[in-house]
Amino acid sequence: MDSDLLLPRPEGLYCPAGDFFIDPMQPVARAVVTHAHGDHARSGSALYHVARAGGALMRERLGAGSVIHEHDWSERFTLGDTTISLHPSGHILGAAQVRIEGRGKVAVVSGDYKRDPDPTCEPFEPVPCDIFVTESTFGLPIYRWPPMHDVVSDILGWLDECRERGVAAVLFCYALGKAQRVLAEMAARTDRTVHLHGAMLRLVEAYREAGVRMLPTVPVSESARGKDFAGELIMAPPSAAGSTWMRRFGKASTGFASGWMQVRGARRRRGYDRGFVVSDHADWPGLLRSVDDCGAKRIYVTHGDGEALIRHLRDTGHEAFPLRSLGGTMPDLRSSEEGD
Amino acid sequence: MRRFAALFEILDRTSSTSAKRDAMAAYFADAPAQDAAWAVYVLGGGKLKRTASSTELRTALARETGYADWLIDDCYQHVGDLAETIALMLPREEQAHEDTPLHVWMEARLPSLGRLESPERIELLREWWRGLPREQVFLVNKLLTGSLRVGVSHRLVVQALAQWADLPTDLIAHRLSGTWKPGADAFAALAGPERADEHAGERPYPFFLASPLEQDVASLGEVGDWLAEWKWDGIRAQLMRRDDHALVWSRGEERLDGRFPEIELAAADLPVGCVLDGEILAWTLDEAHPMPFAALQKRIGKLKPGAKLLADTPVRLMAYDLLELGGDDLRERPLAERRALLATLIEDRGPTLMLSPAVDAPDWEALATVRVESRERRTEGLMLKRLDSPYRVGRKRGDWWKWKVDPYTIDAVLLYAQPGHGRRSGLFTDYTFGVWDGDALVPVAKAYSGLDDAEIGRLDRWIRAHTIDRFGPVRSVEATHVFELAFEAIQASGRHKAGVAVRFPRILRWRTDLAIRDADKLDDLRRLASG
Repeated sequence: MDSDLLLPRPEGLYCPAGDFFIDPMQPVARAVVTHAHGDHARSGSALYHVARAGGALMRERLGAGSVIHEHDWSERFTLGDTTISLHPSGHILGAAQVRIEGRGKVAVVSGDYKRDPDPTCEPFEPVPCDIFVTESTFGLPIYRWPPMHDVVSDILGWLDECRERGVAAVLFCYALGKAQRVLAEMAARTDRTVHLHGAMLRLVEAYREAGVRMLPTVPVSESARGKDFAGELIMAPPSAAGSTWMRRFGKASTGFASGWMQVRGARRRRGYDRGFVVSDHADWPGLLRSVDDCGAKRIYVTHGDGEALIRHLRDTGHEAFPLRSLGGTMPDLRSSEEGD
Repeated sequence: MRRFAALFEILDRTSSTSAKRDAMAAYFADAPAQDAAWAVYVLGGGKLKRTASSTELRTALARETGYADWLIDDCYQHVGDLAETIALMLPREEQAHEDTPLHVWMEARLPSLGRLESPERIELLREWWRGLPREQVFLVNKLLTGSLRVGVSHRLVVQALAQWADLPTDLIAHRLSGTWKPGADAFAALAGPERADEHAGERPYPFFLASPLEQDVASLGEVGDWLAEWKWDGIRAQLMRRDDHALVWSRGEERLDGRFPEIELAAADLPVGCVLDGEILAWTLDEAHPMPFAALQKRIGKLKPGAKLLADTPVRLMAYDLLELGGDDLRERPLAERRALLATLIEDRGPTLMLSPAVDAPDWEALATVRVESRERRTEGLMLKRLDSPYRVGRKRGDWWKWKVDPYTIDAVLLYAQPGHGRRSGLFTDYTFGVWDGDALVPVAKAYSGLDDAEIGRLDRWIRAHTIDRFGPVRSVEATHVFELAFEAIQASGRHKAGVAVRFPRILRWRTDLAIRDADKLDDLRRLASG
């Protein structure tokens, strides 16, 4: 029975043998949290286990009062009848896969992950296991990420264009992970200063403190009133699009960095001038490669429309199931565009 | 093709119409005339005769990638565009590519597919794809399967040409009207100096289109400055009398020759060198009102109508404007004068050419009262045209208004949904709605528009979470949500399960205040249809 290691419950994914939850949606007694994104790290639980590499971000997210145990990569610790260890997932700084050993089996809950190189975090570590729980945010073969070098060239080309036209370039992206990755990737190619929306300041600082080299940044709020932003790069979370905050830039060209930008319809629907394909999730080849790398006998797929991935894995000789087939009940975690 | 692909990318990226116009004008100045001509054609909405089916494209993709058919279908449902799905699923091409000019694709390569047997066609597609970068795979597939849809209207292409040629837009619009054949000479001719006999050919005049009246009718000023006519529910058409023949052009600028022989026959009597604008209506002799639009539809589809159809469903032209007389372009003359000339011209020529009657009223209030009769008269409302207005080009606000009667509305339950296309790809935006027939809900209308983006997103999530069954891309959902739908007309129909067919249905509101038991009943709709 795989369900003695993993069982969906209303509070989140539960491990009966170890009596703990992974990324619970409601307060619980014991939680292992894979990474600091808001849909995974929620405050209110009595005790948290997290990766040390993401400790600072977790304290930021969960609040100073939370009891947080930090663990080194691959360090083994015991919860109930299970032995737990955390391994890099390559998603964002400190993002972990959870390895659970117990009842004579090994399960790995990969959390969110990607296989593409990222200068802001440790690369995904393939962990051999019997049961592999994978995400499938981009679980269709149309999603194959272009090389990051090409995307950065596109962004730089866009900046040059904006400078020529005398307009500001506002790049929207998620404040945790994506923003820092873009800042770090660009640092290898240019040294221009980037203006940051307030929601990104502390997170960028946390990455800097963790030793990640990024472009120099200044808060937008510290610019003098009436400053001319023509030709400047500004980074902001998508929630700032269309807000009064945008007025200060005068004429601006807008871009969005997201895996969803791969599809023209999604690009046009969002109404940004430019879409840049950058994702912190695995693309289709990345998902298939990870399933092969961990050598699991059974694959459970979480997140949204995983049906295509499941069927394709079955067609190619794997035992694959939706996570809900383990029984129990869990609210549908349809991957939102925020989860990118 | 590289140059055209670069233009397409700019057009696709920006939502600014002026940036699009500038980009096209620069392209027209820069590109070889042969290619520019085809760019005008495809950007203006022109399509080639289709030479490969969707099934053949899918087969070629399956062979090229090794992906299962169901996976290709899943991807297509997600992307909402087959041309793009193919471009995204094919292996990424890294090597340098040969560059085949746009006109070679349009004149030689794509038409050549039609001369092959299906298996060779599939192999040739694969060979082409292998030699193209991703953006050109997308474009070639687009050109092969339909229109480009890049947020460029025919009108914007006309404006860009006018900017490039430094000529008035109305002149360019006229030069492009009708069946314009792309070619280097045709493209160069677009920019040539204006000639005195410019309008004498077979090209239709660009239609002047009315705008919906949204403001208070009294704000239009004196009722005496306006001509009111019924808004006929037929096919807008231009009837041209040329040297030895007559031509009928639709509002979509397609030749309707042969479809309406009774109108062409009546036109033979008209003096050479005149052009009428009006509405083709199905109308039996001695009847006070035209037949419903559905009757006319039987005629539209028939290239050579038989004797029985001609007898059962005769048509006539309800003329309301005169654009040319004695070879003179009258479009700059005031409407009052054009109409007087029109009345004299078609007086006593029999019922096939009728003058659209003026609806007289001493004031706006009286006119509003008459307007209530619109439906009984099988019309959609009133047209209001300023008596001193010229005949303009395209949709220009101010002189011509359509003052439609309020649409019918019903409350109906969402039953099925399927993903949309283009900007709405990957979202469930195409809905089917039903009403009560006894204790069952029967589908009566499909509607695509009327919700805002936030509502579409909310409904999309709900649909995914409350799917009962799947039939290909279509999902049946739990009967929960009620929507208020508007439509223009309703008719009894043997082809529809519910026995009624509605025209131009659209969503007015999401009625979260209603439960499904509050939805309308089929009997009520049947009553509307027979009334």
